[in-house]
Amino acid sequence: MNEIATPVRAKMPSAEELALIEKFLSDTTLFLGPDPEIMQNHDLMPRTEAEDEAIRKMSDAHSIAKIRDRIQAGCDEGYEMVEQMGAAPGAKWGDVITGVYSASGDLAIASAGGVLLFSALVHHPIKFIIKNWMNDPTVGVREGDGFIHNDSRYGNVHNTDQSMILPIFHEGKLVCWVASTVHEGENGAIEPGGMPSMAESPSDEGLKMCPFKVVENYEIKRDILTFLQNSVREPKLQYEDMKVKLFACLRIKQRIEETFRTDGPDALVSTLRLTMENVRAEVKRRISEWPDMTVSTYIIQDSTLRENCVVKVNCKLTKTGDRLIFDFRGSAPEFTNRPTNTIVAGLKGMLSQVFLCYVWPDLPRGQAAFAPIEVITDPHSIMNCSYDAPNSQSLMSIFTGFTAGQHAVAKFLYSCPEKYTKVHAPTFNMINTFIWGGVSQHGETLGNLCADLNGMGAGATVDRDGEHALAPIFATMADIGEQELNEEDVPFLQLVSKKMTRDAIAPGKYRGGQGYTMIVATKDSEQWGFMTTCQGAKIPPMQGLFGGYACGTYPLSKVKGVDVYDVLLETPEKFKHSIEEIMNEQPFEGASYTTHHMGMGFEISKRGELFMISQGSGAGYGDLLERDPAGVIRDIEEGLISQGVAERLYKVKFDPVTLAINHEATAIARDAERKARLARGVPYAEFVKSWSKPTPPSHLQYFGCWGDDIDKLYMGSPNKFRAANEPRPNYMAHPKDVRIAELEARLAALGAMGGEKQ
Amino acid sequence: MKVLMTEYLRIDLDSEKWECRVCDHEIGPANKGYKEGMLVYDRDPREIHPPIIDPEKYRFTFSPDPEWVRILEYYCPHCGTMVETEYAIPGHPPLHDMQPDLPALRAQWAKREEIAKPVVGPEVLADQGHSH
Ligand SMILES: [Zn+2]
Repeated sequence: MNEIATPVRAKMPSAEELALIEKFLSDTTLFLGPDPEIMQNHDLMPRTEAEDEAIRKMSDAHSIAKIRDRIQAGCDEGYEMVEQMGAAPGAKWGDVITGVYSASGDLAIASAGGVLLFSALVHHPIKFIIKNWMNDPTVGVREGDGFIHNDSRYGNVHNTDQSMILPIFHEGKLVCWVASTVHEGENGAIEPGGMPSMAESPSDEGLKMCPFKVVENYEIKRDILTFLQNSVREPKLQYEDMKVKLFACLRIKQRIEETFRTDGPDALVSTLRLTMENVRAEVKRRISEWPDMTVSTYIIQDSTLRENCVVKVNCKLTKTGDRLIFDFRGSAPEFTNRPTNTIVAGLKGMLSQVFLCYVWPDLPRGQAAFAPIEVITDPHSIMNCSYDAPNSQSLMSIFTGFTAGQHAVAKFLYSCPEKYTKVHAPTFNMINTFIWGGVSQHGETLGNLCADLNGMGAGATVDRDGEHALAPIFATMADIGEQELNEEDVPFLQLVSKKMTRDAIAPGKYRGGQGYTMIVATKDSEQWGFMTTCQGAKIPPMQGLFGGYACGTYPLSKVKGVDVYDVLLETPEKFKHSIEEIMNEQPFEGASYTTHHMGMGFEISKRGELFMISQGSGAGYGDLLERDPAGVIRDIEEGLISQGVAERLYKVKFDPVTLAINHEATAIARDAERKARLARGVPYAEFVKSWSKPTPPSHLQYFGCWGDDIDKLYMGSPNKFRAANEPRPNYMAHPKDVRIAELEARLAALGAMGGEKQ
Repeated sequence: MKVLMTEYLRIDLDSEKWECRVCDHEIGPANKGYKEGMLVYDRDPREIHPPIIDPEKYRFTFSPDPEWVRILEYYCPHCGTMVETEYAIPGHPPLHDMQPDLPALRAQWAKREEIAKPVVGPEVLADQGHSH
């Protein structure tokens, strides 16, 4: 030990000196990165003196309800404007939201339609503006200002969503904020469309706008706009939608100012604050009606979008009294060079959708409903990634995190007499759609996606089948749009669209809602390509409920070496309308037929080549032997399931021609199956002796905890792990390098390396 | 007093036992997981999610990969009802998925009437909308 390291009691600075040190540090901050104090907190800000004062003046429940309805209507109006005028395809189908935030930045009221998740995150950038720009003489927050933001690390799902944020003043005093957010798509990342799966660091993820001022005197600053346009593939879209979001905010501002005139600013402040406080209190009351219990589940991500591997999303949900705690510790460590990580605020935003969309849809939409619910994660994990980790495909982690939450919550709700919705098996959770980009038939550079991501199959409920292709888990009020309209702008056709994929099922007493097939082929451009960004080609990304099964898995199929438009012209009878027929019958001579996982990096396509995928099914509910035989026959008639599969799984006996049910034979077959279960089932204690293993299997690249031991996170093999609270880098090799090494090993084994020097 | 916990399970608060709602079989102590009183079957996922495209020709077929995931099916040992499924990584210890706090449950239900039929929850009805 040397002398320098010897601890010596230093002179403690006085209070005055401390203040001076603090001022020195804040004056010399070199970079205002995301603020952990803001980013880790999702609860409401403390009530301010101004709010106290406003509530003292006005707290009448009827007036509050009236003002809230008016502000709500204003938000809905702003939402409608963005949906109607927005240029981004996302805007047209409801991938949009507007909201009003308190002076301290909390989201008080959001539009009824749209993606609440976005709005639930915008309070972070507003709080950043309040903390850093409000009193900064070089920036400031003034009437007529507007701020733009997209960097997820400052509070966003992913960088493809852009927000416009306006402060609202009354006689020079800041009263509240309004904001509008759109899934814009293009953002200048290494792949078109704004959600690159190839991103290996945040530097690959395109525009990284921390909150900054882009509007003054209600006008967009042209120099900054031009810089933003110059940084993306769709400069026109960037401009159009900034204008649309600005004008939507201005409309909401107009509605707020009407309230100032009729009821005064205090009434508005009081309404915003009490709405949030009342919702928060009501949520605690509702939680206290649930049983005190701990529910565990896990959901598996089967890829990083670059390679297949096993990535665990571990979830333990505990309810005690009026506390509800999501514990995601034990989930996979963050990937250093894969973009499927999420910031924890994204996870929380998505979990808030479990409650506001599926459990308590009657509550006013805002930040308050999730405010009292607690979330625990490991640092530097896929559920709470660091500043340096890429997260452009955070959807993979927030969606599987959502499903873990949805699955766990259902087990609390069943016994609770007070219900606001039906107990619900998990809804499908992957964005099975085509992301596209290139140069269109009109010579325009485009990068975006098909709205089919909104066609996720719904989970079954306690007393009915799930609905097909219903809605995405992030927006229960969204639409899948008209593909034909999209085709006016893009140089490809969906040759098969909205046709249910037969036998891609989630069986149960009530089956999951099914997904449909999409077959696309480029037609009028030599510079056009597709990508897909989903997990679930090897392992279903869900669990079933109460004996119901999850969905199956969904691959990507490609047919190359064919121009299907020529086929359609010359021998149209060769074209088939299902993946099943095209892949099994291989009707186009000389073509290649291949299958892949659903993480296809951006790939240029040739005219008439087929890319084929299917949307997924929501999970099933209950024991499939209890399914009404008539429901099984209806599924056959509707082309959801083939006769053979129906008979084998559901043990329903019917006439193959007339489909008339033989009820007696069905009852006998089902009875026999129950007996067969008793014969093949092994008592639990005996089963686990042979089944349970102390470590993950060596044939899988496994990430996350194994069993209950959440302190040890595996990082790709049984021999490689880290302590949950001690972050370590977690690099993945390039899949092509992995493949080259495999092939070289084979060549070496054959002695065919040709004497190549090493 | 009995509390309906899932589609197929209830807890008898007096005996502190999990019970099957289909056949009334007493499954086991409610201070442990109900799965410990079940029969378990390690199901090949291809049997439930059949290949849609030819497994002889293709790597990905719409069937889960049986070396990557299995379906654990939990049956009531008396009536054979499938009480729960669990999509599990091969060898991953089964989840202790529900552990109620029994004293708290008893206290909560002391203030409630026993419920024989589960509460289904509200129907989603078409909005009557705004009319003049
Ligand atoms: Zn039974």
